[in-house]
Amino acid sequence: MASIKLAPSKVEKLKEICKKFNNDKGELINVLHAAQETFGYLPAEVQEIVAEELNVSVAHVHGVVSFYSFFTMIPKGEYPISICMGTACYVRGAEKVLDEFKKLLNIKVGETTPDGAFSLNSLRCVGACGLAPVVTVKEKVYGRVAVEDVKGIIEEYKSLE
Amino acid sequence: MAKLKKQIRIALRNCGFINPENIDEYIARDGYMALGKVLETMSPEETIEEIKKSGLRGRGGGGFPTGLKWELTRKVDAEQKYVVCNADEGDPGAFMDRSILEGDPHSVIEAMAINAFCTGASKGLVYIRAEYPLAIERLKIALKQAREYGFLGNNIFGSNFSFDIEIRYGAGAFVCGEETALIHSMEGLRGEPGVKPPFPSEKGYQGMPTNVNNVETYANIPVIILEGADWFNKIGTEKSKGTKVFALAGKVNNVGLVEVPMGITLREVIFDIGGGIKDGKKFKAVQTGGPSGGCLTEAHLDTPIDYDNLINAGSMMGSGGMIVMDEDDCMVSMAKFYLDFTVEESCGKCAPCRIGNKRLYELLDKITEGKGTDEDLFKLRNLATVIKDTSLCGLGQTSPNPVLSTMDNFPEEYEAHVKDSKCFAGQCKALMQYIIEEDACTGCTLCVRVCPVDAISGERKMAHFINQDTCIKCGACMEKCKFGAIYIG
Amino acid sequence: MDKIKLTIDDTQVVVEKGTTVLDAAKSVGIDIPTLCYLKLEDTAFENTPGGCRMCVVEVDGRRNLAPSCKTPCDDGMLVKTHTPRVVNARRTVMELILSDHPFECLVCTKSGKCDLQTLAQDLGIREIHYEGEKSTYKGDESPGIVREPEKCIMCRRCETACNDVQTVGTLSALYRGFGSIVAPAFEMDLDHSNCTFCGQCVSVCPTGALIERDNTWKVIEAIMNPKKTVVVQTAPAVRAALGEEFGYDAGTLVTGKMVTALRKIGFDYVFDTDFAADLTIMEEGTELLGRLNKYLKGDKEVKLPMLTSCCPGWVNFFEYHFPDMLDIPSTAKSPQQMFGAIAKSYFAEQLNIKREDMVVVSVMPCLAKKYEAARPEFAVNGDPDVNVSITTRELAQMIKSANLNFDALKDDDFDRPLGESTGAGVIFGTTGGVIEAAVRSAYELHTGKNLEKVDFHELRGFDGIRSATIDFDGLPINIGIAHGLGNARKLLEEIQEGKSQFHAIEIMACPGGCIGGGGQPYHHGDIGILKKRQKAIYQEDAGKPIRKSHENPYIQKLYKEYLGEPCGEKSHELLHTNYFDKKKKIVIE
Repeated sequence: MASIKLAPSKVEKLKEICKKFNNDKGELINVLHAAQETFGYLPAEVQEIVAEELNVSVAHVHGVVSFYSFFTMIPKGEYPISICMGTACYVRGAEKVLDEFKKLLNIKVGETTPDGAFSLNSLRCVGACGLAPVVTVKEKVYGRVAVEDVKGIIEEYKSLE
Repeated sequence: MAKLKKQIRIALRNCGFINPENIDEYIARDGYMALGKVLETMSPEETIEEIKKSGLRGRGGGGFPTGLKWELTRKVDAEQKYVVCNADEGDPGAFMDRSILEGDPHSVIEAMAINAFCTGASKGLVYIRAEYPLAIERLKIALKQAREYGFLGNNIFGSNFSFDIEIRYGAGAFVCGEETALIHSMEGLRGEPGVKPPFPSEKGYQGMPTNVNNVETYANIPVIILEGADWFNKIGTEKSKGTKVFALAGKVNNVGLVEVPMGITLREVIFDIGGGIKDGKKFKAVQTGGPSGGCLTEAHLDTPIDYDNLINAGSMMGSGGMIVMDEDDCMVSMAKFYLDFTVEESCGKCAPCRIGNKRLYELLDKITEGKGTDEDLFKLRNLATVIKDTSLCGLGQTSPNPVLSTMDNFPEEYEAHVKDSKCFAGQCKALMQYIIEEDACTGCTLCVRVCPVDAISGERKMAHFINQDTCIKCGACMEKCKFGAIYIG
Repeated sequence: MDKIKLTIDDTQVVVEKGTTVLDAAKSVGIDIPTLCYLKLEDTAFENTPGGCRMCVVEVDGRRNLAPSCKTPCDDGMLVKTHTPRVVNARRTVMELILSDHPFECLVCTKSGKCDLQTLAQDLGIREIHYEGEKSTYKGDESPGIVREPEKCIMCRRCETACNDVQTVGTLSALYRGFGSIVAPAFEMDLDHSNCTFCGQCVSVCPTGALIERDNTWKVIEAIMNPKKTVVVQTAPAVRAALGEEFGYDAGTLVTGKMVTALRKIGFDYVFDTDFAADLTIMEEGTELLGRLNKYLKGDKEVKLPMLTSCCPGWVNFFEYHFPDMLDIPSTAKSPQQMFGAIAKSYFAEQLNIKREDMVVVSVMPCLAKKYEAARPEFAVNGDPDVNVSITTRELAQMIKSANLNFDALKDDDFDRPLGESTGAGVIFGTTGGVIEAAVRSAYELHTGKNLEKVDFHELRGFDGIRSATIDFDGLPINIGIAHGLGNARKLLEEIQEGKSQFHAIEIMACPGGCIGGGGQPYHHGDIGILKKRQKAIYQEDAGKPIRKSHENPYIQKLYKEYLGEPCGEKSHELLHTNYFDKKKKIVIE
């Protein structure tokens, strides 16, 4: 019946984060940002502890987490791939690039490969429209990506595995 | 040269010219002099009057007169008031706010302080996209330096005015650009907008009077104070003063941020500054205002750009995205692209936006699939009109604009999709047909071998045929054909 | 107050500043349709998200249509409420809502009582022009409440009830856009969440998205089983509301007809939960006096104030939200469970049958009673004290299914021994009633004197939190009353902070008490209905020959023959319970 599956050290870490924001429920979004930075994602257990610490209902926390696209309850891959689907990138063929990633990795947007290496996301305008279409892997930015480049980008990281 | 000549840099005056991480460089270019002038020589009323006189209107989308907005917040009696900077730039294709915060963060800080002095606020909040790490970093450095120099904190410039700024992070919700949604988000809630009234100037953050302006609006303030309203209001058109920053993108030769005076024509921006259409293609449309705006045509190229003209043309200023499209872009697909965005970004609070936009998208999808009917076109217009008329917030009230503007400006494209199953731009896959020209086909069978679905048949050395029902329109055959015998019809 | 003049549909209207267009229109007899909007007078319930857009109107000079529920009147405003533009907008938005709603009206629990259905009919929707993908979610059938989220129209009424009024915090809007839904966190089942099953979400849901779990078939099966002796008990608030389901005015008492109907449906014995309410007073009253006496003697350990424990929604509430206070409520079981325990022991022995061969059915105004009946601690060797609990609405359904003409039914009386009750038992159905019943008996037991005036008007009313001091022959007893869990929370926080001045507090989870329970006929936003039911309850009390629980001859007999004394050994075994810390047991799936 025990619900808390997190290691005690992680629970402590979370409580520290909440405390840093004075356990103020108005800071919920900042707390969630910090928690996601720490854990990589926001599993239900994390949300439950945040709710407890900030004295709000866990339904409220999940309501907020599920509202904002930046927050995720699925762990990201080691190399998160993001394809910009902003207008500029779209008109320069971002959709085809995205399709190629989907095909080669065999996952959908929002999913992570079974080995945990890659996750795929589309995002709205990274503000580098001059480089359209833009792909980011972790922090690295690839500009003017063509469908033919996709395989190479994946290989680049596969070789690091 | 033309690119530079037509531009006037006010909001972007320092971007690229100063090291944004060094406050001294900002100060060297008259930084914080406007704040000093206001605190030492002007009253809040006089300052508001100056902003009103300048004719500055909100650069975030709506174009509400900035001075009037400040005055409304000033007039409300309250113990605590707030000023907020909306830096949750979410328009796909627009990034001027990021550029200003990365290139000239102090101009925003200075303007927020002036705003706080005028409205009677002592606290400021910058609501910024978490996806902008560099802008956040530079803003943090700038805030720290401003505090060290005494431009933030207690008794600024030796006056009895005290003010400081905190940062709040957005978390990926376009609707949070709407000010009531933004305030809810800053309070740790779902970013759902509220019905106005009450306006934030009466009841905003924590229930207190709150003035929300966007980054670019703020960046104009110090210049107006220093150069004077009369200098500023000479630039622009009768009802739209000053400049506007656009993020020029799409099928133009020169892409990037441009700051141009209000009243400039689309032609000047696209052809003089943007250097014309890429690869010598033909101009077809320009989309302004992002998901809230519309597609304008050749006919609008000589219309002076200002808030009212754009609205009259069925688009809007928005935050300044400007996407140029050429003959390869299908207008129905374009509308569908924006609706896809709106469907994903709708908060779900009100029924017309939550369900209506989804149905708009589905209708557009049906049309691009070649399955649309005349009745669908009628439904599309009625639905778009009702969504505009009944939605709760600005997002839903403007989301049908891409549909309505393309229907108005490119009716023949919709007709062609529906009546003739044709997409002029060749973008709608379902409407494409790969056809083998009998005379040019040598019957080499190369296409047969490359076709992944065995859609091509024909005797060796005789003309081949593509079975349109089986064809998945991958284009592999056309790519392989050595004789150019395959074309898209 | 500033007055504002405006024109609505060519009618001049003068209203106070701050009035909404909707209310202004109502004041001159113009009913603008609403759907998500719901305000319950005299309670904290106010749901005006402005989300359904059904109440839009045309305001001269305004670019788009205005939601009248949220638009304040302005001087000189020109409002039109039914222009073609307005009607087309309403119809189109209604079609949109229906396009994402299951078309199963014929078999929907809510059919005929559904606000969405009514409004769609009023608008004359005959075709959905905008069909498309429908949203799907994980449903939930918990004991008590069934969630059919596909039927949710995002009116947010349940969210308001759960969070703002009841402060329970089980429900929230999740996700966004087309995929948004109101649900418990992670869409977990309600019985895994911190839901109290108070059912106030069900009471306000305009559609069939939140409904009670239907147990009527279980009842029919039991009645048809020749091996089972089927016993039914009816809660006090049922008789004051059941008539509404058959077209009677709110506040019409239908006790006699209800008894006849239950007999005709086929129950072997028709008993009254009011009997068990009298029994509750014996136990709870004795417990209160015990604690008081200890306190007066200077015992520092004794817990005061004592809180009533008859309301299962309230019991769930403190188990989840105040687990540090489990020793404060009375240990007395609720009347439903006392009834079950006595029926399956005392009465089963009288009939000389095994408890397993007896089926106890309860008719309750309540959804939490279904959950309570299913609690493992209320069973002996897996055989529950109360087998099946149905609501007032379900009973009405059974009467209709049995093709009984309710109007033509004769009045009849409950069976004995478990059908005899006093006026004190009856008033358990309304806020303030339990504590008034307790005072009537505790006064006499404590002072040894005869209580001349049994009506304690100072304890009655509809305010969310009330208090009164009753003179126990020189000893002032401070009494607090709260109905609605949000109000209960306030009193509990006072206790936590050591500020509470009360000796005893009565708490009921639902607004108005059981008369406003989640299993009652729908009030559709008219709180006046609850007040009429309350009046009926006091009317029934006033008409009873015996009005103090301890004077109920069958109660006296029960103690003499079977239980011994109140709070004695046998009573403790059968009639008392203990509570659990459920805060840590929220399961994440």
